[in-house]
Amino acid sequence: MALRRREFLAGTALLLMTGSARATLISGQLPWLPDAGDPPAPVRPGPWAYFTSDEARAVEALADRIIPPDPQTPGGKDAGCAIYVDRQLAGPYGHNEGHYVQPPFMHGTKQQGPQSAKGPAQMYRDGLAALDKHCQASYSGKRFADLADADKDTVLKGIESGSIKLDPADGESFFKQVVKDIQAGFFADPLYGGNRDMVAWKMIGYPGARYNYLDWIDRHNERYPLPPVGITGSAAWSSKT
Amino acid sequence: MCNRAAKLVVVALLGVVLSCIATVQGNAGVDSQNFTLVEKGHYLATAADCFACHTTQNGGKPFAGGRAIETPFGNITTPNITPDSETGIGAWTDDQFVRAVRDGIRPDGGRLYPAMPFTAYTKMSRNDVLAIRAYLKTVEPVRHPVKANTLPFPFDIRAAMRVWDALYFTAGEFKPDPGHSSIWNRGAYLVQGPGHCGACHTPKTFLGGDKTDESLRGAKLQGWSAPDITGDQNEGLGRWSEADIADYLKAGHNHVTAATGPMAEVIADSTSQMSDDDRKAIATYLKSLAGMSNEAVPEQAKHAVMVAGQAIYRSQCSACHGLEGKGTEKLFPSLADSSLVRASDPSSAIRLVLRGGRSVATASEPTAPGMPSFAWQLSDAQVAAVLTYVRNSWKTAAAPVSTADVTHARKALRTRTE
Amino acid sequence: MSRKLPKKDVVIIGLGWTGSILANELTDEGLDVVAIERGPWRDTPTDFPVNYMQDELRYHIRHELFLRPDQTTFTFRNKMSQTALPIRTWGAFMPPNGVGGGGVHWNAETWRFLPSDFVLKTHLTERYGAAFLPADMTIQDWGVTYADLEPHYDQFEYLCGTSGTAGNLNGQIQPGGNPFEGPRSRPYPNPAQKQGFGHTLYGKAAQELGYKPFPQPSGNLSQAYVNPLGLRMGQCTYCGFCEWFGCGNYSKASPQTTILPVLIRKSNFSVRDNAEVTRINLDRSGKRATGVTFVDTSGIEWEQPADLVILSAFSIFNVQLLMLSKIGQPYDPVANTGVIGRNFTHQTMSSVDGFFDKSKFNFNPFIASGAIGMVIDEFNGDNFDHSSVGFVGGGYLAYGQTNGRPITTTPTPPDTPKWGAKWKQAVRDNYLSTVSGADVHGSMYSYRDVYLDLDPTYKDRFARPLLRMTIDFHDNELKAAAYLTDKLDGIVKAMGAKQVHKKPRKGPYDVTTYQTTHLNGGAVMGADPKTSAINRYLQSWDVPNLFVMGASAFPQNAGYNPTGTVAALAFWSAAAIRNQYLKNPGPLVDV
Repeated sequence: MALRRREFLAGTALLLMTGSARATLISGQLPWLPDAGDPPAPVRPGPWAYFTSDEARAVEALADRIIPPDPQTPGGKDAGCAIYVDRQLAGPYGHNEGHYVQPPFMHGTKQQGPQSAKGPAQMYRDGLAALDKHCQASYSGKRFADLADADKDTVLKGIESGSIKLDPADGESFFKQVVKDIQAGFFADPLYGGNRDMVAWKMIGYPGARYNYLDWIDRHNERYPLPPVGITGSAAWSSKT
Repeated sequence: MCNRAAKLVVVALLGVVLSCIATVQGNAGVDSQNFTLVEKGHYLATAADCFACHTTQNGGKPFAGGRAIETPFGNITTPNITPDSETGIGAWTDDQFVRAVRDGIRPDGGRLYPAMPFTAYTKMSRNDVLAIRAYLKTVEPVRHPVKANTLPFPFDIRAAMRVWDALYFTAGEFKPDPGHSSIWNRGAYLVQGPGHCGACHTPKTFLGGDKTDESLRGAKLQGWSAPDITGDQNEGLGRWSEADIADYLKAGHNHVTAATGPMAEVIADSTSQMSDDDRKAIATYLKSLAGMSNEAVPEQAKHAVMVAGQAIYRSQCSACHGLEGKGTEKLFPSLADSSLVRASDPSSAIRLVLRGGRSVATASEPTAPGMPSFAWQLSDAQVAAVLTYVRNSWKTAAAPVSTADVTHARKALRTRTE
Repeated sequence: MSRKLPKKDVVIIGLGWTGSILANELTDEGLDVVAIERGPWRDTPTDFPVNYMQDELRYHIRHELFLRPDQTTFTFRNKMSQTALPIRTWGAFMPPNGVGGGGVHWNAETWRFLPSDFVLKTHLTERYGAAFLPADMTIQDWGVTYADLEPHYDQFEYLCGTSGTAGNLNGQIQPGGNPFEGPRSRPYPNPAQKQGFGHTLYGKAAQELGYKPFPQPSGNLSQAYVNPLGLRMGQCTYCGFCEWFGCGNYSKASPQTTILPVLIRKSNFSVRDNAEVTRINLDRSGKRATGVTFVDTSGIEWEQPADLVILSAFSIFNVQLLMLSKIGQPYDPVANTGVIGRNFTHQTMSSVDGFFDKSKFNFNPFIASGAIGMVIDEFNGDNFDHSSVGFVGGGYLAYGQTNGRPITTTPTPPDTPKWGAKWKQAVRDNYLSTVSGADVHGSMYSYRDVYLDLDPTYKDRFARPLLRMTIDFHDNELKAAAYLTDKLDGIVKAMGAKQVHKKPRKGPYDVTTYQTTHLNGGAVMGADPKTSAINRYLQSWDVPNLFVMGASAFPQNAGYNPTGTVAALAFWSAAAIRNQYLKNPGPLVDV
């Protein structure tokens, strides 16, 4: 079966997008280059990369309802979850990079998984707009972020159960996505923008990016005492002289 | 090539008598049909590691030259020493070959730069050098013209080498020491002569000559610190047994450490292919060399630095190098036992942390484990802290590594591609 | 027009476990071998380093080490009456990619199948009668026996340094091991891994209930080891970043740690990475492979001629390539003819969560390896009498908590809200005191209407049809799941849980929730070319100079992880190629 040139180029373009792969012939010894590897680039503080300021406000408010602040542990907003989501949506995750995005897009069974042409970034844009539109219609012109907390929860529970329908977005799927993303940002390595100062890991007692527990495998039913460490380190790595 | 016409006349005259010798260029001299001699020459060429410098990396033709040798004065490109008569040394006489190898003088009278370690090869006997010549006559002739002189002014003036030779070159074959065993003497011959270990491991004057009173005490080159390989307890091989040294030279790995960087090449191309007896002899000799007996107490590391270093070590290094720094035999070096880690010149240790490294693969130890790069993850102060911690833990002490040391090393490494 | 490369003796499609095993065996035979791998070269210090591998988001959630669906994917439907739709992002399984394949990111659970598993049809028919089996169940005997494979299981375990406790040494049952396993000729090369608190408690509870628990056989090494090829491996440090991740400290068995450093030094071996084989080429007769065609990252097509072709691309990709190369007759489920795509199976996974008093129990779930765990095998295969339970098959019951990675492992009791203050509190209260890795690793037998074929609508990046999966659970498996989950529930309760949550597998089969990557079948082995694609030596019935490795050979799936059996078959096939085929190329089994 001959492969047609146009499809080749399309295929090639996809490959080039997903990395700097080059076909090589390897023999004789294990390849080595100094500084090889692909370390992660930490999120830098700064302006929103994807969200408009209205959208960001809404997501911060959502983060604080999904993970409310309490005396022991900050809430989703303070933990940086909205920053996490913003940077994720601005990156490959936002536009479903790597996914199979060829048409036709048909609605299938639940078992067949997501079939939307829309990536998460577009889903947030549509969903946040629809959310605010609903709130403004139902709460005297107030956007979601300006509602009282109890009202926010009422709205969210309604969307979650399907009793409130967002127009024109699919509210149930949208809210599921938001819960998933906010909670992921809460628990991911702090280099991604959320879990600031590893607050989520401290909350649960997770030691983070450690790699050696040989001296602890036999210590049963004891609390692990060392503080969490992230991929980009911790305060303990710097000496205060 | 000058005097070619004269040479051809000589060849023609001798050719009648020696035409039965099937050397490529029909040259007179050492018999490259003598199997024993050629085998001996092959072995000595391996010990002298001609291959490494005279072959370009990544698939160059053997001995065809063209490799850039980095020196403090600039890069020198190695000549073609295959038997090709125009671009190699096929047209040289044996005497010319011996003179080049042992005296650093080319057939045209020009001086070789000491990147060619004639200062060490001078110790080789004429017979040994002729054996190498016999072997080299049998390798594939490669047409590969090499522009040999690539140093910047004023180092491109070869005549200046006369002065250098007067200062730093003492010609003369190795003389065995009757006060030592024959094994010791063999080791001394190998280390001082064909092995030319001092070319990397002996510190140099500002003109690039050996500091002979600090023989084999370690030197900086090509962005590495080649360690002290005398029997010094702290900086050298004092805590290695002879078997450890022999193991290292054969496999590239022993229970303490692994060869990487330029030494990986030496193991792969040279020492791993030598005999067990010769490796043992080298070990015997090196262990006998006195240490510095430097009892100076190193500067105490700051407590805060040690605490930070320990935190980094625990989460970043211990998964391979162990909670007690002991590593895993022939897989992850033992930092607790390593003199390289504690050396007064920490350049190699800093380099390994910043860039990572691949240890050598040999037939007896093919694993070639690698260490990842930490340059993107650790700041200069953090690298300094973890190295200071490692150097001062597990019952040993060494001077702290400063943040400035690391900053300097990181900057110097920026332009290095290997 | 393809550019033609110089001929090689052997071309190997895919450099994962079986590709590496075959490459090493055949280069030892002196053959000139090239491997062609779709994905990139990968190695420990550069691709799985100890300083950034611990990234749950990047590797587990965003799937960085795996194949990208836009490179290739499958379409899926439960029933033939439905329209299959593309799997646009992975869920139920994670196809591997790159040198090392699934061997890089597997858990390293290293099992042998039971002797009865290899003669399943005969065995079950003899014991229960043919009428006991569902009419549409298409299980078969394999054409090899456990005894045939025993030396090769041993070979793989010693290659890997597998850490375990033998249960049956040459017929003698050993304390502390699996009393149900087939006889092994010698002990494991390394002692079993240490177990954490939860795993140990599970073992105690199981023992008190009268079962015979044993440590899971693990390819995460319990101590430093040198394998028969001279390669050194380190001691696993229980980091909790095992499955879905590469190992940073040389302590997980993979092609990288057990074979590749030796293989790459051989002058008669080379590998092309980032090159996708698109077709196995046949001569005009259609009975002889002439080599393969592959595409590089510039889109240029190349032809690699070879005398012998080894297809070792991971089970489901093997089937895809056979179909697209028009090798073997495609399976037609309606007419019940053909073999390529037939007997496709996955695994039937169920689980139990146990919630404990946090003031009394601290499990430190993050201290674990990929194959840690205590297991009981009383309910696997035909190890128990099925006469009155209404199903066949079974699975092992294990507590094998492998990690405490918080994005995915923050279990909460069943009625906890999914967000809000109560959710946050429940996460905080339960993280350290929950057993959430108690699993039933159940078999999935083969059925007439569970199969693979080519999709009529959706295409890959080369405009070729995607492979279509038609798969759903059958009553047999769902009954087994319910039964086995109840048994597991009993053990978790006996551990002292104050609350348990049973999660038996329920249909329909869905592609969104992860259920192991143990996809099997589609190019099964057997004694009869009418019901198998390859013979007992994994040699294609249709094209004798083509051998097809991998779990695509399994006529049905047993209640164990497949890699041990996949590797044993590869060694078995390699031995047949070396000792028989090379001396006299041609069919090794008469039709």
